[in-house]
Amino acid sequence: MPELELMIMIALMVAILVPTAAMLVWFERRLLGFFQQRYGPNRVGYFGILQSLADLIKILFKHDWIPPFADRPVFVLAPLIGAMAILMSFAVVPMAPRLVVSDSNIGLLFFLAMTSMAVYSVVLAGWASNNKYAVLGGMRAAAQTISYEVFMGVSLLGVVILSGSFRLSDIVLAQQDMWFVFPQFIGFVVFMIAGVAESHRLPFDLPEAETELTAGFHTEYSGIKFALFFLGEYLGMMLISMMITTLFLGGWMGPWLPPFVWFVLKTMSLICFFILLRAALPRPRFDQLLEFGWKWMLPLALLNLVGTAVVKLWGDF
Amino acid sequence: MNIESGQLLFYVSGSIAVLASLFVVTNKNAVHALLYLVVSLLALAMCFYLLGAPFAAALQIIVYAGAIMVLFVFAVMIFNINQTDIDREQQWLTWQSWVGPSLLAMILLGEIVFVLLSQQNWATNPSSVTQIELVDARAVGSLLFGPYLLAVEIASFLLLAGLVGGYHLAKELPKKTTTQGGSQ
Repeated sequence: MPELELMIMIALMVAILVPTAAMLVWFERRLLGFFQQRYGPNRVGYFGILQSLADLIKILFKHDWIPPFADRPVFVLAPLIGAMAILMSFAVVPMAPRLVVSDSNIGLLFFLAMTSMAVYSVVLAGWASNNKYAVLGGMRAAAQTISYEVFMGVSLLGVVILSGSFRLSDIVLAQQDMWFVFPQFIGFVVFMIAGVAESHRLPFDLPEAETELTAGFHTEYSGIKFALFFLGEYLGMMLISMMITTLFLGGWMGPWLPPFVWFVLKTMSLICFFILLRAALPRPRFDQLLEFGWKWMLPLALLNLVGTAVVKLWGDF
Repeated sequence: MNIESGQLLFYVSGSIAVLASLFVVTNKNAVHALLYLVVSLLALAMCFYLLGAPFAAALQIIVYAGAIMVLFVFAVMIFNINQTDIDREQQWLTWQSWVGPSLLAMILLGEIVFVLLSQQNWATNPSSVTQIELVDARAVGSLLFGPYLLAVEIASFLLLAGLVGGYHLAKELPKKTTTQGGSQ
């Protein structure tokens, strides 16, 4: 019965992804501690491994407060939209041959569509909080994600040209001879930068820049709603790492080890790289961020697209 | 997916689109109305997908629901809408103001129903409408850059004009304004 099999797979996926995202919080804090020559959380369980569980229990017992001046329905909806949109995108990521919920023929476009839906979470949270810091954070988020979404899509078109498909498993199989990171190096770099910006990670976490905006769009959020935003952020980081693995680093393919292990290894090293980025880079100013996007990244992505198309057509004649 | 469940999904998402569009028109809070519009666009994308146009469905979400509507929400967000605006909206939305638009919309609805019913193949064989023909990205591309090339070019001219206009409006004015006033 294929429907039942699918349901079990979806349930398994959520059951694995959400705790992994929670564990990533602990992992990131430990790794940041390592990079900054301090310990990080190491008290709860072995090496502090249960820190996230302790955080979760604490957050569940917090008063779930909605400010009286907030727009109630939108305020409640906003964190849900973000976490759901990102969880949905995992449906199209092939983690091993046939280990995918929906190997859709528009998989790549589905991913882009869901990331563009995730913007609403931040924008609406900022607006519904009815607080000037939150609104500023929401405005920044809107401007940043719209700008970076544009060349995120353009940077992926090179991969689509080379593999001739939007289906993610086709894209992985097209990398049998060579990973796309080599012919599409510019696309890889641009996509990675756009990915960091889309998941609001440092150095692109301007929507929640705590030094200027207290906490940006989630200033008014507490308890489980705040946890949902956090979950969305870490799920977003996992998603971007998985997408880079799938699109540029050959997905599940690799010698000796089973496919799924390769996939996890590649994804984990990318996540470590993102955490290192957070530890190493300062936050740019907002106008610098937008200028960098429109004046450098977009032209680069377009040039990459035109170049790839020319090479491909040259090869075909 | 068999035809029956596809049809059921189509009717469900179609009704969601219609309902959400109704809420867009009747809602007094501008941001809530925009959110209903997003829902309506998403439901439409679902309809496109079920009718066999996955590429159009994905673009519908990315371009309309994802980019254009975010810009709308972004703009409305800055207007600082409060209770007085909602009350004013309430005053404007009287039943008299609904008569004209409803009448015109009814005429359009009648026309659509008439056109659908007058098509022979549907009247005789209802299943021919629900027959799904898959239109993939390649087909869309070859149509856009084949028979519809002129339309694409005209649309891009229009967009370019909009882009130049936007650039001109957002341009930093020179410190000393001359009598020509920035004709460069």
